[in-house]
Amino acid sequence: MKLLVCVSKTPDTTSRIAFSSDGAQFDANGVQYIMNPYDEWYALVRALELKEAHGGTVTLINVGTESNDQVIRKGLAIGADNAVRVNCDPQSSLYVAKQIAEYAGKENFDIVFCGKETIDYNSSEVGAMVAEFLDLPFVSFASKLEVSGQTATAARDIEGGTEMVEVDLPFVVSAAKGMAEQRIPNMQGIMMAKRKPLDVIDPVPFDELSTPVQYTLPPAKKTVQLFNADQMDELVRLLHEEAKVI
Amino acid sequence: MVLIIAESQKGQFKKSAFEAVTYGYKTAQAMGSTCAALVLGEAANAGDLGKYGAGAVYQITDSALQQFDSQVYTAAIAEAVKQLGADVVILNHSSTGKSLLGRLAARLHAGSVAGANTVPTVSGGFRVKKSVFSGKAIAEYEVNSPVKVLSLTGNAIQPEVVGSAVSVSALQVSLPAPKVKVKEVIREEGHVPLPEAELVVSAGRGMKGPENWGIVEELAEVIGATTACSRPVADVGWRPHHEHVGQTGIAIRPNLYIAIGISGAIQHLAGVNNSKTIVVINKDPEAPFFKAADYGVQGDLFDVVPKLTAAFRRFKEEQ
Repeated sequence: MKLLVCVSKTPDTTSRIAFSSDGAQFDANGVQYIMNPYDEWYALVRALELKEAHGGTVTLINVGTESNDQVIRKGLAIGADNAVRVNCDPQSSLYVAKQIAEYAGKENFDIVFCGKETIDYNSSEVGAMVAEFLDLPFVSFASKLEVSGQTATAARDIEGGTEMVEVDLPFVVSAAKGMAEQRIPNMQGIMMAKRKPLDVIDPVPFDELSTPVQYTLPPAKKTVQLFNADQMDELVRLLHEEAKVI
Repeated sequence: MVLIIAESQKGQFKKSAFEAVTYGYKTAQAMGSTCAALVLGEAANAGDLGKYGAGAVYQITDSALQQFDSQVYTAAIAEAVKQLGADVVILNHSSTGKSLLGRLAARLHAGSVAGANTVPTVSGGFRVKKSVFSGKAIAEYEVNSPVKVLSLTGNAIQPEVVGSAVSVSALQVSLPAPKVKVKEVIREEGHVPLPEAELVVSAGRGMKGPENWGIVEELAEVIGATTACSRPVADVGWRPHHEHVGQTGIAIRPNLYIAIGISGAIQHLAGVNNSKTIVVINKDPEAPFFKAADYGVQGDLFDVVPKLTAAFRRFKEEQ
């Protein structure tokens, strides 16, 4: 099976989020970057498991600048065979998806994986966009994925439940928690990753149609109002009269 | 024209459909445009969407829409956009809406904003805000394509009745056959799904064991809330995975989030910090969750929770 995993670089969850003084730019000073957890823990590991079970290759693709190579190398250390980076500084999901689709369209992958969303912009868009550009079926929010011959079955997380679906290869899938378990790269993997191919290719021209222009921090929370166990009637009164949520 | 995709489930509109119509109505007002709703598949009382501001309601009924396949739904919406000349498309930021937003953006060469939570402003460009970095910041987007697609965050705007029911017009489109075949839908019946719940009661490791959850369920029952849990509790199997809220679980934004025996790790906060009001019950005064809370109760949850439930009962009886 020929598998492609789209990986993104995101600030670590614990990072302090700050912006330039005019609010126009994200302030990357002191920010630790990681591979987006949905891409790493679920999409990449499930792709590796399918390769181990059925044979084939796992390719990583990232759309970004040279500073992303560290995250891509981690994916190679976890077990991907090779990687491609489309060399640019994208502003929108559609631009990213266009670049991925341009590469994937020439390579005839059986399954294109991505995480269900990135933990920075939380948009959940790229998988659907890649599927549309490639005119492929899209299985979103998959928490289970099994492949048998040319057919896959998946469990999709939907509001308040699960949807079981069946689809023929090729298709695009977005991975949710449950699809696989996180793998920690071992020393051999880290050494081998240095020698695995990481091709850098140029982007195709595409317009940025939707761009973040202004960032703000949410208003600071008021100080917490504290109660003890014998003041519950007062708490309920405030939830009704002050917070107006009951 | 602003075109709202009104989501239904088993032929009934969800509250989120009315939220989307109200949002679309306000967007159309801001743009000096008109708005219409599009209903995909069978749905009862589609004309009622007019009450929330849809000037017209269109419906596509085709057997290919009986089950969800993003390719088929995208084809239907794209065809409606073309026939009606729509320039803004509004979806819900739900599992269905998220599966369509990206496809529509690619198909229509449209700039998109996923999870919008403010009505767009149009003086000096089409701008709309969304929450980013798991609720730690707000980003304002500018969309500069002729056609724009937005998905609306749940519970960001309340439905408002502004008009009356309108007649429903059928749209004729030709659709491809579904390639993703739905074999089975398994739904937890009986309570509001977490992403749509306005009231949520959530508990964590402080509960000490699954056998103690009765007090959590009783509190939820009394106020009509949906139950949730933290990641460690789902991982050890005390509670089902679909209850897990937080960064890798479900992100929610209810009106009221009551956190019982949850310390408030940053990964948990990332999934709940958009809740309008947060109540934290914890015996550890140093629990980081108190910093994110509006109301805090410091005490033993096995003492506090039954007393809170009793207080809610008294309140409900007085209402």
